[in-house]
Amino acid sequence: MASVSEIITRPRERVHAVKWIKNNLFSSWFNTLLTVLSSALMYTILSQLFIWIFTIANWRVIAVNLRLFMVGTYPLEQIWRLWLCVAIGTTLLGLSWGIWPHVVSRVAMVYGTALLLLALAPFGVTTRIWLAGCGALVFVGMLVGRRIPDAGRWVALTWLVFLPLMLILMRGFGTFLPVVQTRQWGGLQLTLVLAITGIALSFPLGVLLAIGRRSPLPAISLCCTLYIELIRAVPLITVLFMFQIMLPLFIPGGESFDRIVRAIVAFTLFTAAYIAENVRGGLQAIPRGQFEAARALGLNPFLTMSFIILPQALRIVIPANVGQFISLFKDTSLVVIAALLDLLGIGRSVLAQSEFLGLQTEVLLFVAAVYWIFTFSMSHVSKRLEQTIGGGNR
Amino acid sequence: MIGRKDLSKADDIIICRGVHKWFDDFHVLKDVNTTVKRSEVVVVFGPSGSGKSTFIRCINRLEEHQQGQIIVDGIELTNDIRNIEAIRSEVGMVFQQFNLFPHITVLDNVTLAPIWVRKWPKAKAREVAMELLNRVGIANQSHKYPGQLSGGQQQRVAIARALAMQPKIMLFDEPTSALDPEMIKEVLDVMIELAESGMTMLVVTHEMGFAREVADRMLFFDHGQIVEDGRPEQIFEDPREDRTKLFLSQIL
Repeated sequence: MASVSEIITRPRERVHAVKWIKNNLFSSWFNTLLTVLSSALMYTILSQLFIWIFTIANWRVIAVNLRLFMVGTYPLEQIWRLWLCVAIGTTLLGLSWGIWPHVVSRVAMVYGTALLLLALAPFGVTTRIWLAGCGALVFVGMLVGRRIPDAGRWVALTWLVFLPLMLILMRGFGTFLPVVQTRQWGGLQLTLVLAITGIALSFPLGVLLAIGRRSPLPAISLCCTLYIELIRAVPLITVLFMFQIMLPLFIPGGESFDRIVRAIVAFTLFTAAYIAENVRGGLQAIPRGQFEAARALGLNPFLTMSFIILPQALRIVIPANVGQFISLFKDTSLVVIAALLDLLGIGRSVLAQSEFLGLQTEVLLFVAAVYWIFTFSMSHVSKRLEQTIGGGNR
Repeated sequence: MIGRKDLSKADDIIICRGVHKWFDDFHVLKDVNTTVKRSEVVVVFGPSGSGKSTFIRCINRLEEHQQGQIIVDGIELTNDIRNIEAIRSEVGMVFQQFNLFPHITVLDNVTLAPIWVRKWPKAKAREVAMELLNRVGIANQSHKYPGQLSGGQQQRVAIARALAMQPKIMLFDEPTSALDPEMIKEVLDVMIELAESGMTMLVVTHEMGFAREVADRMLFFDHGQIVEDGRPEQIFEDPREDRTKLFLSQIL
C-alpha cells in the first residue's frame, strides 16, 4: 500500500490536437455544421481581403504620403527633433522592460523588433539609421534596466519629465531650436501629442475630482459634482467647439492660445470627468474597515488617502480607466473641427489629392491599422499591469 | 486569584462621565460612567446591539459621543482634530475583521504608521516591527501579503501593527469572533501575554475563559447601559443582576 507521505504527482493531462478539435469543434452534428459553415464564411472573407490587400490595393498612396501621415508638414530639416523624442521614448521603454518585465516585456519586444525590421525597408538612409537606432535602444535599455532593478522610481520620474521635454523639443525655442509652429504639426505625431498629454493631465485631475466629490466639505463636493455632471452632460465635440470657437469670444485674448493647447485643455477637462467617476467607483469599493484601521493608527486624512485608499482604489479601476484612455486616443480625431490635421485628418486631405482620388479603402485601412497598434498596446499593457500588481494580495 | 495586579495605586487613564450617544434617533449609549486604571484589563461583554462595540469605538473617537465627557490619558475628546489624532496614536485598536492593508506586505503594514505618524527612521521602524512580529510569532511571514496568511495569523499581525505605535491603551473589538475555532487560542495567547506585560486593555469579547484568566474587571452591557461592573470571580460566581445571570447562562 502506498503511504500517504509519498508524493504523488498529479497526472498530466495531455491535450492531443486531434482530440481537442474533436471535443471543441465536432462534438455534435450541430457543432459540426456550425464549424463547417463558419470556416467557409471566414475563408471567403479573408481570402477576398488578402487578394485585395496584395494584388488590387494601390498602396502607393500610403508610400508617397508616408511622411505626411507620420508628421504632417513638420519641416524636413527639423525632423531629427521628432526622431530624438522617439529615441528617448524607446530608451525609456527599454529601461521599463528591464525593470518591470511582467508589464511591458511583450510590447517593448514587439516595438523594438518592428523598428529594426522597418529599418530594412527601402526608406531614405537617415530614416533607416534612426529606425535601427531607436529599435536598438529598446534592447540596450532593457539590458541596462536589468542591471538597475531598483531604479524604478527614477525611470517613472523620467517618464514624467519626458512629457514636457517632448513638447519643448517639438516646438523649439531660441536660436538653437527654431520654433516650429503648431500648425505645422500633424499626422501620427499630433495624434500622439494630443493623446499622451490628454491622458497625463486628465488622470491626476480626475483623481482629485473623485476625492473632492467625496469631501466632507459641502462646498468642495458640490463644486466637483457640478463640474463632473456638467461635463458629462455635454458631447465631447461640443466641449472642443467651445474651447476652439467660443473661448476667444468670452475671454479677452483667448485667441492667443494655441489651437493645440485649446484642444488639449478640452480633452483633459472632458476625460477628467469620466476618470473621476471611475475612480469614485473604486473609492466606494474600499471597505470602511480600511478607513477605520488607518484612522485608528493616527494616520491623517491625507496619509490615509495616499497610502491606503488610493493605491487600492486605482488598482480596481485600471480596466475602466484604460478604456477611457483608449477612447480618448481615438477621439483625438475630432480635432478635425479645429482644422487640425491629425492622423485621420491627414488621411482625408490625402484623399483630396487628384492623383489619389477614390482610394478611401486603402487610406482608411492604413489609418485604422495604426490606431489599432496603439490602442491594442494600451489594453495589453493594462492587462499585464492588472495581473502584476492586482494579483496575490487579496 | 494568583498574580493579579495590584491596581490600588494606579492612576485613571480613561474616564467616562455621563456618556450618551445616538445613531439618529436610536439611543445607543445611555449615561455610561466608568474609569479604567493604568495597566487594568477590562473585559466588556453583553448581548449584540447592547452598545459595547460603540462604547470602545468612542474611546478613540471612531464614533462621536454627543453628551458627556471622555478623557483619555488626560486629554478630553472633543471635535478638535489635533486632540483626536494625538489620542489615536496613543490608543491601539484591533478589529473583528482584522482590517489589515491588503496591498502592502505584513512588514509594511506594521511599519507604516510609525514611519509616517511617529516619523521614525525606516531602520528603527523595521527593527521594532520585526521584534513585535517575533513576539506574536510570525516574523518569518513578514514579506508576505495579508491575503496569504490564515485568519489567526492576520489578527496577530493586526495586534503587532497596533503595538508598533507603542500605545498606552489597547482596544480589542471582538478580536476572535471572525476566527475559526482552532485559531482562537493563538490570538488569545498573544493577548494574555500582552495583559501580563502591563498593557491597559479594553476588550469586547465573549471568550469567558480569557476573562476569567486575565480580566481585572468586567463590564456587562445591556441596552446601552453598564448593568453590572465587577471582578470576574464575582461576576461568574455571584452576579448581582438578573440580566447578567440570564446572559451568562445563555453563553456558558
